[in-house]
Amino acid sequence: MPHDGHHPDHGSELSETELRIRALESLLVEKGYVDPAALDVLVETYEKNVGPRNGARVVAKAWDEPDYKAWLLKDASAAIASLGYTGRQGEDMIVLENTADVHNMIVCTLCSCYPWPVLGLPPTWYKAAPYRAHAVSQPRSVLGEFGVTLPEDIEIRVWDSTAETRYMVLPLRPAGTDGWSQEQLAEIVTRDSMIGTSIVGTPS
Amino acid sequence: MNGAHDLGGGHGHGPIAPDPNEPLFHADWERKAFSLTLAMGFTGQWNIDQSRFARESMAPGRYLETSYYEHWAHGLEVLLADRALVTEDEIQAAKPIGPAKPLPRILKAEDVVATLQKGGSARREDKGAPTAKFNAGDRVIARNINPPTHTRVPRYVRGRAGVIDRVHGVFVFPDTNAKSGDERPQWLYAVRFEGQELWGPDAEPGACVYVDLWDDYLDAA
Repeated sequence: MPHDGHHPDHGSELSETELRIRALESLLVEKGYVDPAALDVLVETYEKNVGPRNGARVVAKAWDEPDYKAWLLKDASAAIASLGYTGRQGEDMIVLENTADVHNMIVCTLCSCYPWPVLGLPPTWYKAAPYRAHAVSQPRSVLGEFGVTLPEDIEIRVWDSTAETRYMVLPLRPAGTDGWSQEQLAEIVTRDSMIGTSIVGTPS
Repeated sequence: MNGAHDLGGGHGHGPIAPDPNEPLFHADWERKAFSLTLAMGFTGQWNIDQSRFARESMAPGRYLETSYYEHWAHGLEVLLADRALVTEDEIQAAKPIGPAKPLPRILKAEDVVATLQKGGSARREDKGAPTAKFNAGDRVIARNINPPTHTRVPRYVRGRAGVIDRVHGVFVFPDTNAKSGDERPQWLYAVRFEGQELWGPDAEPGACVYVDLWDDYLDAA
């Protein structure tokens, strides 16, 4: 296991929770409150169809088309919806542009708000206490845990998602990608670069 | 409420330990906790702020010792019990004892994708909310409030001064929505707080925090 025992956020051994959830599922199905087939579609949607490749396509298009980038920064919800990414936990989107002087990072200290239509469901570390506690007070140290060191003259802006607005970071386009197609660009955009805990490196 | 969920600025939680090969769900019960929560949410028996409050109401020690989907499972159980949709005896027996309550909406498999893509914005510009109290550039102070009920003003900004960065528009107010479903729509802003203002001499250099705050959380500085 890659985990070190500090994190409670993995749980195949949690038999009591598992038993109670199983009981709840059969109860809710038997009572007719949920359609069991709907449960499968809900899971499949996020396991197979909605994930950070969506956000990567948004970023690649913004890198490639100045007009789209301007629209994305002005009205992210509409610009993202134009690519077909809409809905739950992304109804009111805001895109934050990283520049030579500013690095943006997103967090939700109170729960785990995250822009589902563009990034899918959040990773465990985003939902767990260490990141939620430390991101707002020690962002440089947090970035260090992701292997990112930024000079002190780059301002770090941490966005705490306390409302129903959902944030996504537009990372800096790396050097050495001139003339790349949007498909090529999307390939190098990582999930963490759109959270702001990583940067997109220059391709080797 | 000042619960264990309000984590911003805390120390000693250990390393972040990102796992690059992490699966979306670690076990089947997580899939169930996730999908049951979404499917039951669709039935309209509670709103998202009531759902968050149910998760926050976990005892602080237990909240910190359990995982995200355990918080979700706990929240779902609390909401189902509060609305008398499921009883503890039924969970223990793993089968219905009392009759089912009629629900106005059930999420059908064929409607899932469209329902997710439609979403449900908390924006309420059409509700004729009063004029915005603040404009971009205004200096504000986050109110020092400590309600035992749901709120979205984190402890680490209460009593601290910041500047309105941008005006988001009119949105449902979580505090009243969580209590009674009273949406009380009002203006929402991104407020910028300098690191020094929040953390004093222990602030890291060149860092600041933006927090989304509603009119009822703010006073002019």
